[in-house]
Amino acid sequence: MTLSRAYILAKIKTATQPSAHPRWSALIPKRGQADKAGRTDMFVQEAEYGLATIVRVPVFEKVPDAVANVLRECNILKIKAAPQTVLQNLNWSGVDITFGNATADDLAGLVVAKAGVAETGTLVLCSGARTPTALNFLPDVHIVVLREQDIQDNYETVWQALGSDTGMLPRTVNWITGPSRTADIEQTMLLGAHGPRKLVILLINEKPG
Amino acid sequence: MTLFSQPNPQCHDFLNGAHDALANDRLQKQLAKSLKDGFQKKRLKGMSRLPEYEQLRDRARDIKIHTLENLDLYLEQFETQVINAGGQVHWAKDDGEACQIILDICDGVKAKTVTKGKSMITEEIGLNAQLKAQGIVPIETDLGEYIIQLRDEPPSHIIAPAFHISKEQVADTFRQHHADQKRDRDLSEPTTLVHEARTELRAKFLSADVGITGANFLIAESGTGVIVTNEGNGDLTQSLPSVHIAVGSIEKIVPTLEDADTLLRLLARTATGQELSVYTTFFSGAKRTTDMDGPEQFHLVLLDNRRSDLLGGPLHDVLRCIRCGACINHCPIYGKVSGHAYGWVYPGPIGSILTPHFVGVDEAHLLPNACTMCGRCEEVCPVRIALPKLLRIWRGRAFEAGYPAGLQRLALKIWAALAKRAGLYRWMARLSVFGLRLLGPLRPYHLPKPQGGTFMDRYNGGEK
Repeated sequence: MTLSRAYILAKIKTATQPSAHPRWSALIPKRGQADKAGRTDMFVQEAEYGLATIVRVPVFEKVPDAVANVLRECNILKIKAAPQTVLQNLNWSGVDITFGNATADDLAGLVVAKAGVAETGTLVLCSGARTPTALNFLPDVHIVVLREQDIQDNYETVWQALGSDTGMLPRTVNWITGPSRTADIEQTMLLGAHGPRKLVILLINEKPG
Repeated sequence: MTLFSQPNPQCHDFLNGAHDALANDRLQKQLAKSLKDGFQKKRLKGMSRLPEYEQLRDRARDIKIHTLENLDLYLEQFETQVINAGGQVHWAKDDGEACQIILDICDGVKAKTVTKGKSMITEEIGLNAQLKAQGIVPIETDLGEYIIQLRDEPPSHIIAPAFHISKEQVADTFRQHHADQKRDRDLSEPTTLVHEARTELRAKFLSADVGITGANFLIAESGTGVIVTNEGNGDLTQSLPSVHIAVGSIEKIVPTLEDADTLLRLLARTATGQELSVYTTFFSGAKRTTDMDGPEQFHLVLLDNRRSDLLGGPLHDVLRCIRCGACINHCPIYGKVSGHAYGWVYPGPIGSILTPHFVGVDEAHLLPNACTMCGRCEEVCPVRIALPKLLRIWRGRAFEAGYPAGLQRLALKIWAALAKRAGLYRWMARLSVFGLRLLGPLRPYHLPKPQGGTFMDRYNGGEK
């Protein structure tokens, strides 16, 4: 295979003329440049366009109540949550919650998002020591906590927030825009193909303290 | 020994395939519904939601032009970064070598089953047949791919592989293959079908030894691969097994994360009218030591398969393609003959440019001729590939190779001789108009009665 490497690169070198990267200024659509006041509205509008459900939660401490409501509505008895300290520190009395990665029989999953993107109402979740990737895909109902101050205008600012300039990206970065769907049978759109059929975003409106 | 693994082409049989498709009323209805009222309308809606769409197309084209000019440098940068992130890069010069690399990796972990995310490139290298020959079970997990795998059919569209199959046919297929389920269950609703496939595939996701995906983009600066899906199958494929193999061709490279952003703003919008696919996933290397899950091993197979032969040549621009499927969705020929008639992996206008390169002009000379030169493919291409121009190049090459032969060739030569002599051509056109009128009701039924004189006579006569 090292032979193939040399062979392919040599062929490319003879066929092309190198040039410097033009360092284009980023071409960011206007709706990815909302002002601070419009950012949350843009996120909500686009997330709902992508068929996510938005639940506004006034303060982080109220997350367990909001989760309990979602579980009741979906008729699900328990939930698996990412072992993030902020979640573990909440008072979960009355909610059957365990912390860890998802298994096949988990019907609901909970995680705090790394960021949101206003431009397309997209959630940004990263793999890590306390954030398993499978939890984003195995459960039927995916509940994601997003703090308003973590909403970025556009993809470009998300990369900066993830530290792409200085370090290595996490192994997996998931951009999630709505619940799982398929149109593979006669082009009819149906929800819940392999991933969650319902995506609930708990949007925390509190100001950073 | 080099493996020859790419699927057997049936392009020489295009005319029979086209006749079969035209005679299939169900397929014709489905094509009309899914293209005009489906993909085409959705793209228009997606475009209307983003005023900067045209500017983004220009930028996307420029990104691709620049990347191809410096492809070797970006490939090397990409390789270094994948290795830094704990992954391995395998260079494959052709289909056989790519399959061999993948078989060796599977052998290394004694793999019995492999889950697969939707990937046209693994169709191109004929991977499933090779896996099966080694006793490894490949399981397609995209719903459309799963359906056609059960039916043992090739995909008929690059982003909607089971596009040609009705829900009744899907129900029959599931009844036949999902033997554990009750035979008389109600499968009339698509929702039930999706749910059944979800349940069947869940267990397979969890027990697979290796997950194989394609890659929509490969980002040089960070050594990152990107896949986009709506179902989430590609993510279960790459996060549950202990080995993830991604197969990407060399032209999928983009220099920076920001460049990928630009292309992602166009890809789903042009393909399905979505702002983004539901799941856009960026993967860099293997699981980190402290990560809760993810693949212990990550392998990136970089495939050339003679794409480097296209660089710098007349067909160079086809390497800009990001496989959105828009040219296919807007092609009037594809809209009547569907995907299987094209006889190889990539159908529609993009296929008619790629296929002759991969399988040879002797096999595929009919494909570039299955085109009305209407130009809609070029109009909708997000990276502004002049597809009709490239199809014309293949027509020229086919003619040089002796296609078409016989009377058709003679007729073309006569026409060419006339077309080079404007005066004579005009006289012949007048004669044809006269002749057709003279024939009256004896005219062949598909030729309309001439309305007035020739175009040039009417134009010179003041009609404009």
